[in-house]
Amino acid sequence: MAKETKTLNLNFGPQHPAAHGVLRLILQLDGEIVEKADPHIGLLHRGTEKLIENKTYTQAVPYFDRLDYVAPMNQEHAFALAIEKILKIEVPIRAQYIRVMFCEIGRILSHILNVTTQAMDVGALTPTLWGFEEREILMGFYEKVSGSRLHANYFRAGGVHQDLPKGLDKEIGKFCERFPKIINDLELLLTDNRIFKQRNVDIGVVSKQDALDYSFSGVMLRGSGVPWDLRKSQPYDCYEQFEFKIPVGKNGDCYDRYLCRIEEMKESVNIINQCLANLPVGPIKTDDGKISPPPKKEIKQSMEALIHHFKLYTEGYRVDKDEIYTAVEAPKGEFGVYLISDGSSKPYKCKIRAPGFSHLQAMDYLIKGHMLADVPAVLGSMDIVFGEVDR
Amino acid sequence: MQNIQDLEKILNSELNAKIKSSLIKHNQIYLKIDEVDLTEVILFLKINSKTKFRQLIDITAVDFPENEIRFKLVYLLLSHEFNQRIIIEIEVKEKEIVDSITSIFPAANWMEREVFDMYGIDFKDHPDLRRILTDYGFEGHPLRKDFPLTGHNEVRYSHETKKVIYEPVKLEQNYRNFDYESPWEGTKYIKEQTKE
Repeated sequence: MAKETKTLNLNFGPQHPAAHGVLRLILQLDGEIVEKADPHIGLLHRGTEKLIENKTYTQAVPYFDRLDYVAPMNQEHAFALAIEKILKIEVPIRAQYIRVMFCEIGRILSHILNVTTQAMDVGALTPTLWGFEEREILMGFYEKVSGSRLHANYFRAGGVHQDLPKGLDKEIGKFCERFPKIINDLELLLTDNRIFKQRNVDIGVVSKQDALDYSFSGVMLRGSGVPWDLRKSQPYDCYEQFEFKIPVGKNGDCYDRYLCRIEEMKESVNIINQCLANLPVGPIKTDDGKISPPPKKEIKQSMEALIHHFKLYTEGYRVDKDEIYTAVEAPKGEFGVYLISDGSSKPYKCKIRAPGFSHLQAMDYLIKGHMLADVPAVLGSMDIVFGEVDR
Repeated sequence: MQNIQDLEKILNSELNAKIKSSLIKHNQIYLKIDEVDLTEVILFLKINSKTKFRQLIDITAVDFPENEIRFKLVYLLLSHEFNQRIIIEIEVKEKEIVDSITSIFPAANWMEREVFDMYGIDFKDHPDLRRILTDYGFEGHPLRKDFPLTGHNEVRYSHETKKVIYEPVKLEQNYRNFDYESPWEGTKYIKEQTKE
């Protein structure tokens, strides 16, 4: 005799530690098998785009820190590049090196968080403890250069806010010497770990075609075997001058994405080392007084500098009427800014293209037919941060 | 890699009747088309072997309240093979319904939902057109230029009713929008004069 069955609706989150933020996932379960997943997002919606329309270009930068808050500077980078392209500003080479270096630090920050929490989601606590120790050091670098550990507000159109403090390059160098060993330790714990593999191999498989159709980017795309990285294919700043490899996965499952992230961290260390070895001397922001504020010393002596300072911090600089889309390879994928300027000092429209938004959209497709316990594993490997998904 | 100029030529020759204007700027192609041709053009760009725009990057809208045709819908596409980006623009009137492209790109689902949520533009044949980013039961479309920055409602926990309640926004100090533009060169009538 056939038993009567009933599907069960389960509310996953919004306050669930494995939801990586405020995700409300409505799961339709048949026993332990997920039949349908309906993510409800927007619980962290702050109206960033609306706010940016009402702020000057300088005032808009901090909002970008608050999108993907585990790798703040990468986002600022996209915005700065958009303005620079419209205004046709030359960025001094030292500034470009500093920006690349901190973007790679951001990439490591993000990947440490993701790899270790992915491990935690499937039951391993130690990697998190080890990884976060290193994140603390990296955030120390952020603090030394910008004054705050997370919301840096450091990149400007035309360069960066201030030069590296004395001795910071040596400290970063020391970190780069030590860090490969930490990655190695993490790998020893996870890569061949039986439980970790059982929970990740062949889970959440994405085919090449689906990865393209669902607008995947970054590791989600590379994990499925598409060798696409904006740092290589559409290089911005001085990425052309560095040698690095693009790790590509084969099977497109959670495990391959983990491996990609580990390899990317090694490449990032490699890029930072190259930055430090060739760090040029010179100015760190454009010398155009109409865009970058004058140094404090000059304000006390030069009338022109004083006027510039006053105008830049009240009205802000104006950006010519134009329309542009610029994208950078953020740790989570293609982070883009679609900017429309109208000649005033405030953006007319600033659409933020967050990689996590498209990734989370595919949740239903990825999780269908998997077990309930795989939900956190898939979610973890997608690298979702709600700051950028909800904006 | 295919040259961007060549690509523009291909587009203009193969789609000529459907393209209102095309432009190369910032190393990207800007294409203006008619709203009725949208699905056809996007499908062409996706499957044609000379274009291969296989990935939809984003969909967004822009609000110009003073224009007769109020909205501009923007589709951003990327071709991995040829390493090119294209920006497609259509103009949409208020309350006009646009064809959904979810059947061509499944990724358009949430993007169109977001446009619907933020601008109130409807999509035809969309499988699941709900609000996405705003609160349950939200009213209005926040990214329209006539939506106030402070919003209409605020929430708080009420000790009397022991639950979260919605109230009209009450600010101790109203939002102040300072006009910092220089009175010498920034004022409107002078800007208009210098333009002439």
